[in-house]
Amino acid sequence: MIRRIAAVLNARNVEFLRDRSTLGWNIFLPVLLVLGLSFIFSGQGRPMFKVAVLQPTGQIDVQQHPFLQTKYVEFFALTDQTDAVRNVARHKIDMLLQFQPEARYWVNPEAPKGYILERLLLQTDPGIARAEVSGEAVRYADWLLPGILGMNMMFSCLFGVGYVVVRYRKNGFLKRLNATPLRPIEFIIAQVLSRLILIMAVTVFVYIGTRYFINFRMQGSYVTLFIVALTGAICLISLGLVVAARFTSEELAGGILNMLTWPMMLVSGVWFSLEGSHPAVQMLAKIFPLTHILDAARAVMLDGATLIQVMPQLSVLGLMSVVFLFTGAAAFRWQSD
Amino acid sequence: MSGRHFTGSTRTINRDSDIKEDIDHSDPVLQVRNLVKRYPSVLAVDGVNFSVRRASCFGLLGPNGAGKTTTVEIMEGIMPPTQGEVLYEGHPIGPRFRDEVGIQFQSTALQDHLTVLETLQLFRRLYKHGADLEQVIQMCSLEKLLKRDNRKLSGGQRQRLLLGVALVNDPKILFLDEPTTGLDPQARRNFWELVERIKENDKTVILTTHYMEEAYRLCDEIAIMDQGKIIAQGSPQALLKEHFDDVILELPKADLPSPLVEFAFPVLERGDYIEISTPDVNLALAMLVERNINLNRMQVRPRNLEDLFLELTGEDLRT
Repeated sequence: MIRRIAAVLNARNVEFLRDRSTLGWNIFLPVLLVLGLSFIFSGQGRPMFKVAVLQPTGQIDVQQHPFLQTKYVEFFALTDQTDAVRNVARHKIDMLLQFQPEARYWVNPEAPKGYILERLLLQTDPGIARAEVSGEAVRYADWLLPGILGMNMMFSCLFGVGYVVVRYRKNGFLKRLNATPLRPIEFIIAQVLSRLILIMAVTVFVYIGTRYFINFRMQGSYVTLFIVALTGAICLISLGLVVAARFTSEELAGGILNMLTWPMMLVSGVWFSLEGSHPAVQMLAKIFPLTHILDAARAVMLDGATLIQVMPQLSVLGLMSVVFLFTGAAAFRWQSD
Repeated sequence: MSGRHFTGSTRTINRDSDIKEDIDHSDPVLQVRNLVKRYPSVLAVDGVNFSVRRASCFGLLGPNGAGKTTTVEIMEGIMPPTQGEVLYEGHPIGPRFRDEVGIQFQSTALQDHLTVLETLQLFRRLYKHGADLEQVIQMCSLEKLLKRDNRKLSGGQRQRLLLGVALVNDPKILFLDEPTTGLDPQARRNFWELVERIKENDKTVILTTHYMEEAYRLCDEIAIMDQGKIIAQGSPQALLKEHFDDVILELPKADLPSPLVEFAFPVLERGDYIEISTPDVNLALAMLVERNINLNRMQVRPRNLEDLFLELTGEDLRT
């Protein structure tokens, strides 16, 4: 069994490494994206002031305080005070307000927008209690890098496995393998391992390469980050195998893969933080593996989260992987019916 | 070939009586019993029975859509039958079967970016036991192609590689599904020589083809399929002897002053030629001379498998 898995694994690795265009695309695209986007977004602030309001109900009543009626400020509710204060420290939100049990605000004195908002707030409520939070601003490039790496991983896992296996089925290569003693589970394990090795190698390479150009933030442990990437890659590859299980049409598989990847790109927080977005969008984001991968990766890289602290995301990814793998293995066919 | 029709009398065929048992089947390596394959709108294989003798070359012939590839893929264990069974050495096909057969499909893609040698090594490693790769390479004349990318092989080279892939496990049975389709005549003849070499090693070969010359040259026994059924079976020579006691006179149409109507023997139009089938050449020639037909370009040939198929089905084998 191991000999057969090793044979298929080796052949697939050779195929990938010799396909220079695919290899180059996998390595250089994310580097270019990080460089390009960090250049584009450098020096520009967000177009709007963002103020969070601590509300256990998750709803804001604008009649609660006259400041909440200020125009051109985006107010949104948060329930977790610790997270909210950390976001003020990281400059991710400009001010945090609380009205119960006492009126209070948190502001980062290093944040220019926080200063302006504070002046406005004190005009409407001079007696409100003040709390200072300090911390370095997280640059957009710092915040974006995990998103770019995660997005590259997502495309590589889903298309690299899903599309390739469908192509193998369509051109009859799977049928040829079916004529040998190779079993479906052996083929699937080989595909998962092959893609996993390649993805992890490419991701590490891109991480190191990007670090050379941009001195981005890394607060946590590299081992923890590696475990997050590994778990995420297994989950995404397993999802790719579900798509690859039966189809023989590359067009159909491509369409389904696009249907999976585009929502993840848009709502999993690759480009912009989901904080403050509609609760339905945040709920939708939770069904996608990429959301949990990026949450965990950013927690490690930006906030120095430990393995225990990212265990909730890792558990979700692990559970999703099991479901996807079982579904993919049960549905797998060497050829169309 | 279009525009072909009989202008003389034809012989009525009793299909059930045409399966001639002229070969000893006491040691069958494969037995096909009452095989049926039904798709939602098509009955592809309709109750097929036959057995394949050990160390023989068995040919399944038929036009496209006759059901021969479906039959072979069920025999290979690639496709499940709707009904019936295939026995390998007296037992239903099991895991051992995969280890002991080699298969060359009608069309197969190989893994991109792998060389010929790497492709052979990949498939060799999928089997516990197998042939020495050096021997396979030599047998299939692949020595000069070992470092070449699969994608850069010509049609004939590719078929030789696919044959090599089918031989890496030193199979007892070799399935070849239309292995020479699309090859030029020289490449086709080279491939036949390869198969003849394999046959010399006492392997059982099961071949599907619609090239009659190929079947006649390679097969010890053939079964002709049409519309999912076997309509004739036996050795090529025995089948021809069974169905024909005549020879064919071929004449260019241009040499006929007028259409050959009310002739004593069956006349078949075949492109620019007519074919007269006759058991009595002297009589046929005398009748042609009597009609003042120029016989300078006339040819006399024996019956072949193409004629047999036409006789049995009324269809051209290559349509």
